[in-house]
Amino acid sequence: MPDLGFEVLWKGKNFARLLGGLGVALRISLVAVAVSMPLGVLLGLVMTRKHPATRILSRLYLEFVRIMPQLVLLFLAYFGATRSFGWDLSGEFASILVFSLWGTAEMGDLVRGALESVPRHQYESAAALGLDGAQTFRYIILPQTVRRLIPLSINLVTRMIKTTSLVLMIGVVEVLKVAQQIIEANRMSSPNAAFGVYLTVFLLYFAVCWPISLLAGHLEKRWL
Amino acid sequence: MSRELLAVENLVKRYGENTVLDKISFRVQEGETLVIIGPSGCGKSTLLRCINALEPIQGGRILLDGQEISRDAKSLPKLRQRIGMVFQNYELFPHLNALDNITLAPIKVQKRKRAEVVEEAMSLLERVGLKDRAYDFPRQLSGGQKQRIAIVRALCMRPEALLFDEVTASLDPEMVREVLDVLLALAEQGRTMLIVTHEMQFARAVADRVLFLDGGKIVEEAAPDAFFDAPQSERARKFLRTFTFETVKHQKIGGYSK
Ligand SMILES: Nc1ncnc2c1ncn2[C@@H]1O[C@H](COP(=O)(O)OP(=O)(O)OP(=O)(O)O)[C@@H](O)[C@H]1O
Ligand SMILES: [Mg+2]
Repeated sequence: MPDLGFEVLWKGKNFARLLGGLGVALRISLVAVAVSMPLGVLLGLVMTRKHPATRILSRLYLEFVRIMPQLVLLFLAYFGATRSFGWDLSGEFASILVFSLWGTAEMGDLVRGALESVPRHQYESAAALGLDGAQTFRYIILPQTVRRLIPLSINLVTRMIKTTSLVLMIGVVEVLKVAQQIIEANRMSSPNAAFGVYLTVFLLYFAVCWPISLLAGHLEKRWL
Repeated sequence: MSRELLAVENLVKRYGENTVLDKISFRVQEGETLVIIGPSGCGKSTLLRCINALEPIQGGRILLDGQEISRDAKSLPKLRQRIGMVFQNYELFPHLNALDNITLAPIKVQKRKRAEVVEEAMSLLERVGLKDRAYDFPRQLSGGQKQRIAIVRALCMRPEALLFDEVTASLDPEMVREVLDVLLALAEQGRTMLIVTHEMQFARAVADRVLFLDGGKIVEEAAPDAFFDAPQSERARKFLRTFTFETVKHQKIGGYSK
C-alpha cells in the first residue's frame, strides 16, 4: 500500500484546522448567498422591465461582473479598494462583497430567464379568465418561475461554495489555504502528504455540495 | 332567442399599416351559435381577441348587453368574467391539476366558495367525461382531454358568451371528435357562442348563422345551409372548394383511366 500521506491529518489539530478552514469558506459563501438571493430576485424583476434605461443598466452590471474573472474582481476589491480609496477591507469582507456582487448578477440572470421562459399565452389565458395583473403574477407566473428557479439557484449555491477557494489568493485562510499550510509544514516528515490532504479537501467539498445537488435533483423531479 | 347579447359596430383593427378588420359589424342574439370562417390570416382570431379586449381596437365599438366594452384595467376582469374564451393550444396552467385549473378563477376572481365551485367543476367534468381526470396535471393528459378541460375552465366562470378559436386545430384527428361533441352539446343547451373553425361539416351542424370573413370584411352572412349549399360570392365559393380537394382528385383519376 503506497503512502498516501493521510497520517498528517491526525497530527496535532490538523484535521480540526481543515474543518475550520471549511467553516471560513462556508461562512463567506453562505453570507454571500444570503445577500445575493433576495438582491438577485430584485435584479431579475428589474431586468424584465420594459424601461430601456433600467434594462441597459442592469445588463451592463451583469456583463461587467460576468466577464471579469472572479479572481480579478477579488484583487480589484481587496488591493484596488485599499490603494485607491484608502478603505481597509479585511480579506473576508472583500470576499463576501465580491461574491455577493457576483451572486446577485448570476441570480438576477436566472430570475430573468425563469420569468421570461413563462410563455406569453400563460398571461393571455390568465387574462381571459379575468385575473388581474397581480393575481396573474401570484397564481400563474410566480409558481412556474419558482419551480424553474429552485434547481437552478441551488446549482448556483454550489458553484459559489466551490469558487470561494479563490479567496486564498487575497490572504483569506480558508480550507485550501489550510491544506497548503499543512502540506508545507510537513514537507520533510511526510513528503506524500499532498495527496492525502487534497483528497480530504475534495471529500469535504463533496460532503457539503453533494447533499445540495441531491436536493436540487429531487426538487427538479418533483416539479418539472 | 330575442335579447341581443353582443353587437359589433364598425370595428376597425390595424397592426401598424395593415388593416386586419375593416369596419366589421354584426350582432349575436342570446343563445345563438355564430360560426366564423374564412381563409387563414383573414382576421378570425383577431376578431375574437378584440371582443375579449385582448387587443386594442382602432375604431368602432363592441357592445355587450347594450354596454360598450372599455379597455381600462378596472373593467377588464369584469368583462372577461362575462365572456369565456378557449384558445387553439389548450393553454392550461402546467403547475395546477385539472381541477385547480378550473376552480382558480371562480375562487380568486369571482370570490365564490371553494366547495361550491369544486362541486360545479366536478359535474362539468362529468359531462365532458373527465371526472376521473380531475387530479391529473396537464402533462398527464392528451390534447383532446386538455382541450375539454380548457372548455370546462371557461364554463365554470358561468360566462354569458363563449369564444372558441380553432379549438381542434392542434389536435390529432381522432381527438377532434370528442371536443366537437362537447361544443355541439353546448349549442344544444342554448349557449351563446362564437366559434372559429376549419371543420366545415361541424360548422354546418353547429351554426345558427355563418359569417364568412375575407380581406378584413364580412363577405357573407347567412344560415348554414344557405351558405354551404349556395354561397353567394365568388370568394366564398373559392374558399369552400379548397375543402373539396379530394373529390376533385378522384374525378381526375377517373378521367385518366378512360
Ligand atoms: N400581433 C400581431 N402583430 C402584427 N400583425 C398581426 C398580429 N397578429 C396577427 N397579425 C396579422 O393579422 C392578420 C390576421 O391574423 P389572425 O391571426 O387574426 O388570422 P386568422 O384568421 O385567425 O388566421 P388563421 O386561420 O391562420 O388562424 C394576419 O395578416 C396576421 O399577420
Ligand atoms: Mg387564428
